[in-house]
Amino acid sequence: MQRQLIEVIVGLFVIAGVVALLFLSLKVSNLNSAIVTDPYQVSARFDNIGSLKVRAPVSMAGVKIGRVKEIRLDSDSYQAQVVMEISGEYTKLPVDSSASINTQGLLGEQFVSLEPGGQQKFLINGDRLRLTQSAVVLENLIGQLLFSNSQGAKE
Amino acid sequence: MISLLRSTGALSLSVFAATGRACILLIQMLLTLPLAIRRYELLLEQLYRVGVLTLPIIIVAALFVGMVLALQGYNTLVDFGAESSLGLLVALSLTRELGPVLAGLLFAGRAGAALTAEIGLMKATEQLAGMEMMAVDPLWRVLLPRFLAGVLSVPLLAVLFTAVGILGGYLLGVDVLGVDQGVFWSAMQQGVDFHQDVMNGLLKSLVFGVLISLIAVFMGYDASPTPAGVSSATTLTVVLSSLVVLAMDFSLTSMMFQ
Repeated sequence: MQRQLIEVIVGLFVIAGVVALLFLSLKVSNLNSAIVTDPYQVSARFDNIGSLKVRAPVSMAGVKIGRVKEIRLDSDSYQAQVVMEISGEYTKLPVDSSASINTQGLLGEQFVSLEPGGQQKFLINGDRLRLTQSAVVLENLIGQLLFSNSQGAKE
Repeated sequence: MISLLRSTGALSLSVFAATGRACILLIQMLLTLPLAIRRYELLLEQLYRVGVLTLPIIIVAALFVGMVLALQGYNTLVDFGAESSLGLLVALSLTRELGPVLAGLLFAGRAGAALTAEIGLMKATEQLAGMEMMAVDPLWRVLLPRFLAGVLSVPLLAVLFTAVGILGGYLLGVDVLGVDQGVFWSAMQQGVDFHQDVMNGLLKSLVFGVLISLIAVFMGYDASPTPAGVSSATTLTVVLSSLVVLAMDFSLTSMMFQ
């Protein structure tokens, strides 16, 4: 009796630990949203990616459709080569879609936003997006603003 | 002057010797693993005494730690209008640092000290010697189940600590301070990475479990068989394992989160 009771309690203890781990993995961390189902890869070159990071979201019309897989410098064009993983359920993205790097809120994380093009051909694995728009660097923007203000004041 | 040098040298030599004896004990214990597996009910009993009985203090402590985190975090974040990040703050602090470290410290105080005192007293009353006389090796009969129970318990306790702490933060942050419930969880899910944060926290607690259990078992086995010896061994267990947990936490953190 005594031994059975101990076995039951220890079993409960272990199960509680496993449940807590499940809670941490599913409810607390991004494990379920980290999996992009049946993905295909699309790349794009940007003049400046700002502070875009690997695993940043890729979205179209505000809906998350994938994530950034890899960022490296293309040493021929001196541009940033960004490889994106797009979820397999979104196969009908036009080949002339354009990519831009936007910021969530004023100072939030940066993400890649895709704008659909008009062609009837669709992106497949390994394609490259030709039309890109760099990240807006806030410091440059402020610099330009100050510069144009002082120009205006002179005139 | 010479005597100062001499005492420093003697101290470091005894520390090195003790570390070596602890490693030898670890290897000898692991070599008897097959024998211990055949008597797994010994391990179950120790899991109950070492793990389950530590659970109440872990849960109560975790609730308070989570609530304090939420309270302090809220007061700071609200100045920046960033109270939506409260869930993220609570979850990251708990998964990365506080869960493994505090569970380790509480375990060392609650279970480690008890293990040392028990084994030390067995040695002082010559129960261990008596077992050897009966051709029962105390290594697998007494030491290994206690060591394994500690190694298995600490990660479980740390995961429970983290989960309960986050629930405590949720209780205070959402129900009392009025952070939006959906924002609380979604900010958390966006910021907490499973491999980077949850798994590394688990790995940390496993390392702490091995270290604390080894220190506790070794200190008891190595204690001088007198009342004073057992008492100083128990003190040393708590002091040493707390220090080792904190130092190890720093070096693991610097390796894991660059």
